[in-house]
Amino acid sequence: MAKAETIILDRTGINRALTRIAHEILERNKGVEELVLVGIRTGGDHLAAQLAQRIAEIEGVQIPLGAVDVTMYRDDLGSRGSLPMGKTDIPFPLDGRQVVLVDDVLYTGRTIRAAMDALIDIGRPRTIQLAVLIDRGHRELPIRPDYIGRNVPTSREEKIQVDFDEQQAPVEVSLVKP
Amino acid sequence: MSFRHKHILGTEQLSREDIELILDTADSFKEINSREIKKVPTLRGKTIINLFYEASTRTRTSFEIAGKRLSADTINISASASSVVKGETLEDTAKNLQAMAPDIIVMRHSASGAPHYLAKRLDCSVINAGDGAHEHPSQALLDMLTMRQVKGRIEGLKVAIIGDIAHSRVARSNLYALTRMGATVRLAGPGTMIPPGIERLGAEVHTDINEAIRDADVIIMLRIQLERQGKTLLPTLREYARFYGLNPQNLKLAKDDAIVMHPGPMNRGVEISSFVADGPQNVILDQVENGVAVRMALLYLVAGGEQAEK
Repeated sequence: MAKAETIILDRTGINRALTRIAHEILERNKGVEELVLVGIRTGGDHLAAQLAQRIAEIEGVQIPLGAVDVTMYRDDLGSRGSLPMGKTDIPFPLDGRQVVLVDDVLYTGRTIRAAMDALIDIGRPRTIQLAVLIDRGHRELPIRPDYIGRNVPTSREEKIQVDFDEQQAPVEVSLVKP
Repeated sequence: MSFRHKHILGTEQLSREDIELILDTADSFKEINSREIKKVPTLRGKTIINLFYEASTRTRTSFEIAGKRLSADTINISASASSVVKGETLEDTAKNLQAMAPDIIVMRHSASGAPHYLAKRLDCSVINAGDGAHEHPSQALLDMLTMRQVKGRIEGLKVAIIGDIAHSRVARSNLYALTRMGATVRLAGPGTMIPPGIERLGAEVHTDINEAIRDADVIIMLRIQLERQGKTLLPTLREYARFYGLNPQNLKLAKDDAIVMHPGPMNRGVEISSFVADGPQNVILDQVENGVAVRMALLYLVAGGEQAEK
């Protein structure tokens, strides 16, 4: 069966969205004090690095960057079987920090719930905010992003694919129809 | 790639990809062991029974901690305090445990093949924590995790395993796994302690410890199991220490950055001199630390793999 693919965002579009999110983060948090970025593996961590770079360009401050792997916190080990596990790497204390959690695509919200559980096991952040590149709807949990690159209404059968280049920079977001 | 094994009975059944997946997963679990709150909810609601028919502190505690850090309920049964002393057979013990619906049984037994026997009769996953002189897969895997951590690779390493090869499940599990990963394995020990035909499994066999140690990257010293063979295979312990013990002199034959491993518990002054056991090249406590991470990986992978097979 042939798959139809529609490009939703190209490199320029993604860059524009990330720059806007970086400004929104700074505005909402009134600067970079206590601000940290944590990307969800894999995809979110690359986007978090991009956001950190933009924030550094705007404010001239390198904010701490971490990555979280949520495999151990998933609620579907029984139905999906064991998945390969990535590394959680948060090289700074989370206590009292304003954490911006970064992911590429927001769908059911279960990954975000797992990521929040993971962060809370590591420390006690003051706030957890959520930034996503694409919000495709179909939430199964009461989770709402604070920063959104683009809203893309989808059907459950469709897939959103975010491609990265070898330097882990986002290249393209496409909608794949079955 | 997903893990397709319901049981871990030995390293003989594990492919190179399986071993890499286990080591990578263990690497990720190491991070949890350095946290302030060393617990993740991954195996919440699962029941693990540690069924130990032989004395063990290190392995049993390591499996118990591994299970608890993954939020599973772990129960320890040791044979000396169970119905085994009342004469219950393994078959009956198995049936009774089955009725309590555990998810994973971790088993140590003095008879080779006992975990295989259990695995055939029970619905749950079985992990071999050492069966007789057969296999001790989790030990070999934690040895490899330690080697990979220090040396950055396993392929191409020269690994010398010294001691009572015939009675050693650690040697056998390491031999299968290391050769599969592309390392060279040299075995050395007195002729009475080398099983005939072991070279067919891909090992170089020496009776002179110096030949095995020369240029080695890793030296694994095995414990002389005084409780197993008594005095039949050795003239005296002093003679053994003199010819097959690792000391600062013969250690010089190995590469300068060679590491010394021991599965524990050590007989100081027999297979390993205290100078070496406490020296800068030993990674014995790293092995123990890595043991928890490897056992967490095994529990995690069989817990998912069990479902994947259905």
